[in-house]
Amino acid sequence: MSTTRDWLLDDSPASRLQASLGRSYRMLLALSRNPLAVLGAAILLILLLTAAFAPLIAPHSPFGQNLGARLLAPSAAHWMGTDELGRNIFSRVIYGARITLMIVVLVAVISAPLGLLIGAISGYFGGWIDKILMGLTDVFLSMPKLILALAFVAALGPGIENAVIAIAITSWPAYARIARAETLTFRNSEFIAATQLLGASHLRVITRHILPLCTSSMIVRVTLDMAGIILTAAGLGFLGLGAQPPLPEWGAMISRGRTFILDQWWVATMPGFAIILVSLGFCFLGDGLRDVLDPKQGGKS
Amino acid sequence: MNAPLLEIEDLRVSFPTPKGRVEVVRGLSLRLGRERLGIVGESGSGKSMTGRAILRLIRPPGRQRAARMVFDGIDLDAQSERQMRALRGARISMIMQDPKFSLNPVMTVGDQIAEALITHERLARRDVRARVIEMLHAVRIHEPERVLRLFPHEVSGGMGQRIMIAMMLIPRPDLLIADEPTSALDVSVQAQVLDLIDELVRDHGMGLILISHDLNLVARYCDRIMVMHGGEVVESCKAQDLHHASHPYTRGLLAAVPRMEETRDTLPVLDRSAWGGT
Amino acid sequence: MGWNMSAIVLKDLNISYGTTRVVHDVTLDVAEGESFALVGESGSGKSTILKAIAGLAPDWTGEITVLGQPRGHRVDRGFATTCQMVFQDPYGSLHPRRTVDAVLSEPLEVHGLGNRAARVVEMLAAVGLDQRFRFRFPHQLSGGQRQRVAIARALMLEPKVMLLDEPTSALDVSVQAEILNLLKKLRREQGLTYLMVTHNLPVVGFMCDRMALMNKGRVVEIAPATALHDGSFTDPYSRALYAASGGNPAREAQA
Repeated sequence: MSTTRDWLLDDSPASRLQASLGRSYRMLLALSRNPLAVLGAAILLILLLTAAFAPLIAPHSPFGQNLGARLLAPSAAHWMGTDELGRNIFSRVIYGARITLMIVVLVAVISAPLGLLIGAISGYFGGWIDKILMGLTDVFLSMPKLILALAFVAALGPGIENAVIAIAITSWPAYARIARAETLTFRNSEFIAATQLLGASHLRVITRHILPLCTSSMIVRVTLDMAGIILTAAGLGFLGLGAQPPLPEWGAMISRGRTFILDQWWVATMPGFAIILVSLGFCFLGDGLRDVLDPKQGGKS
Repeated sequence: MNAPLLEIEDLRVSFPTPKGRVEVVRGLSLRLGRERLGIVGESGSGKSMTGRAILRLIRPPGRQRAARMVFDGIDLDAQSERQMRALRGARISMIMQDPKFSLNPVMTVGDQIAEALITHERLARRDVRARVIEMLHAVRIHEPERVLRLFPHEVSGGMGQRIMIAMMLIPRPDLLIADEPTSALDVSVQAQVLDLIDELVRDHGMGLILISHDLNLVARYCDRIMVMHGGEVVESCKAQDLHHASHPYTRGLLAAVPRMEETRDTLPVLDRSAWGGT
Repeated sequence: MGWNMSAIVLKDLNISYGTTRVVHDVTLDVAEGESFALVGESGSGKSTILKAIAGLAPDWTGEITVLGQPRGHRVDRGFATTCQMVFQDPYGSLHPRRTVDAVLSEPLEVHGLGNRAARVVEMLAAVGLDQRFRFRFPHQLSGGQRQRVAIARALMLEPKVMLLDEPTSALDVSVQAEILNLLKKLRREQGLTYLMVTHNLPVVGFMCDRMALMNKGRVVEIAPATALHDGSFTDPYSRALYAASGGNPAREAQA
């Protein structure tokens, strides 16, 4: 064990693999020194495990109705109570983790690379390319996020996939802005000039030199935005434009529970807790990642 | 020498690293009268940290401690942070390397100099203005009335550094610490700025600690020289005796500088292994 | 002195940034194998000339010829194997997330050259870096070691002409001595031509054969490096610079 550690922390690595693994290990060490980041990572790990093993964890089917057991308060049999169709809320929350995770991952996979690429190209070339791309970005940025998402869902029809597309389309402009700002800070730096002088193509400079430098701040930003994405998805679900019944999406669950909020508080509150917990997890982890990854805060050495 | 202005014994400054605390200043002692002391060293020698430690400006997680650190009868170690703030600027001033980073970009030059004065002295507004203009004259700024209204980005590097000096000297401190005051300036301006510091220090009978990497420059402007390496003072001598320095590190540094009448084919290189290397 | 061909020829070179012209009518000729210095203070336009030659300051008029070939206004791939540049700031000229190995392999990858690992190992040895630095990141290196990596990167494509932009001004004196020695050795071994920008006259005395002194975008004087020994400059600005740099202007009179 200690030999692996020494190998990872070796000041003079003997191969590319060892060098990059060592770097990752050092970051992991730095991250593990931040208790909130560890807490955030733990929450997300639990989310991940819950989503993966939902059938094993959930005591009931998320769809199984039992009209005889409607709106039961939390008890030993139903840890989070039951909803208006007698479905076990705990099971639904567990299965909801899958949907939440899917939304979050899909949005991140679509919008972050899109924003990153557009921002990097815009910042790197400047001139009219910059003007056109940033004009486009501004158009998207100037519209309220939820309204835009609403419009997209209204046009494409309600459903979880369309909600994901809508959220992705509304969230890339912010990433494009960040990537462009980041690119501008080093597009005139000497290491970029040196690479150009070696005869490297623009494509190479962007993909090998500029994008890797933007990704760390992007990862931080995306992690911090995850909470917002979950909330937007929940908002769409709440308005009935996201996941459609009977899918156990947390926002939609709150929406259904709204009717009974005064008498059967648990129906809306339990999925609400889940949203808060996961959002917090992403925020904590994002803050921790920023300390480790963001070079502006870390200083030179 | 009469009662010293500044007395330091066994100053230690340390910073935490993943491999434990590392001392960047290791047991430095000095006595300074109203004279000019040069501290020379390369990057990482601890020279700047020494300057900061005198003003108790080592920020956590850095830590400083000294067996004794007395400035003009005041025990610096025993001062509260509030008392230190009253001392900084008023009695001990510091000039940093680059005026671009030390001046507030959204305040006019006149306001900044005035602020340096008002923070430490209560004066009528008219007196403040008179003092500021007098000070600008002293740092050889020819049209003080015009310069007062300029913003830092509108002045050149040399002028910026002169404004810094005016700011630092206007409360009439007893000790001036200049940390690489001219490294960011062109050679022709360097001499002017250093001559100015030199003249003002002599006129006001102040103590000066000039921190620099440039041995020859320090030798020209100081009475005594301390050479630092790896957080320790390796040599301490009178400025005129520098070229008879005895420590191999000092001799190595002197030899490594190219000369105007250079005829050597290779420059001698320090044998770093002798001091632990970098 | 037996140089048969000009490595760099600049004719009536004017360079602008936007609407301001920063270099005026510069004409000079650097022989092959020569080490030539552009000397001046900040704002004299000396670095801008290097950038124009490299293709990083495209807004110029006049003529630039490198080893007989006229230069275009942009960075180009073919030129990379002829001429390379070393930058002033070793902290800014290396990509913070790439290992030394990646930095040195890149020029070979760009030009599709093989046998990369062996060439990297060889080049590390040539610039005096131990092999254990090969997979380190820039933040694990000192300033001098970084500058060695930057020099190695420039030499990977075996150029004949090197543009050096204040290569030692960000370094400690003892490290400066090592880098200057290294540059001198490499020039001797590989028959390189240097065009070096600096504000430090003693460095010129050690490294260069001739120098052009620049003030406010113009070349005021071209002098041999030996002028530093006796102060035999003709232009008043050169004399002032010489005096401010610690040269003794009275020496000429004594000699």
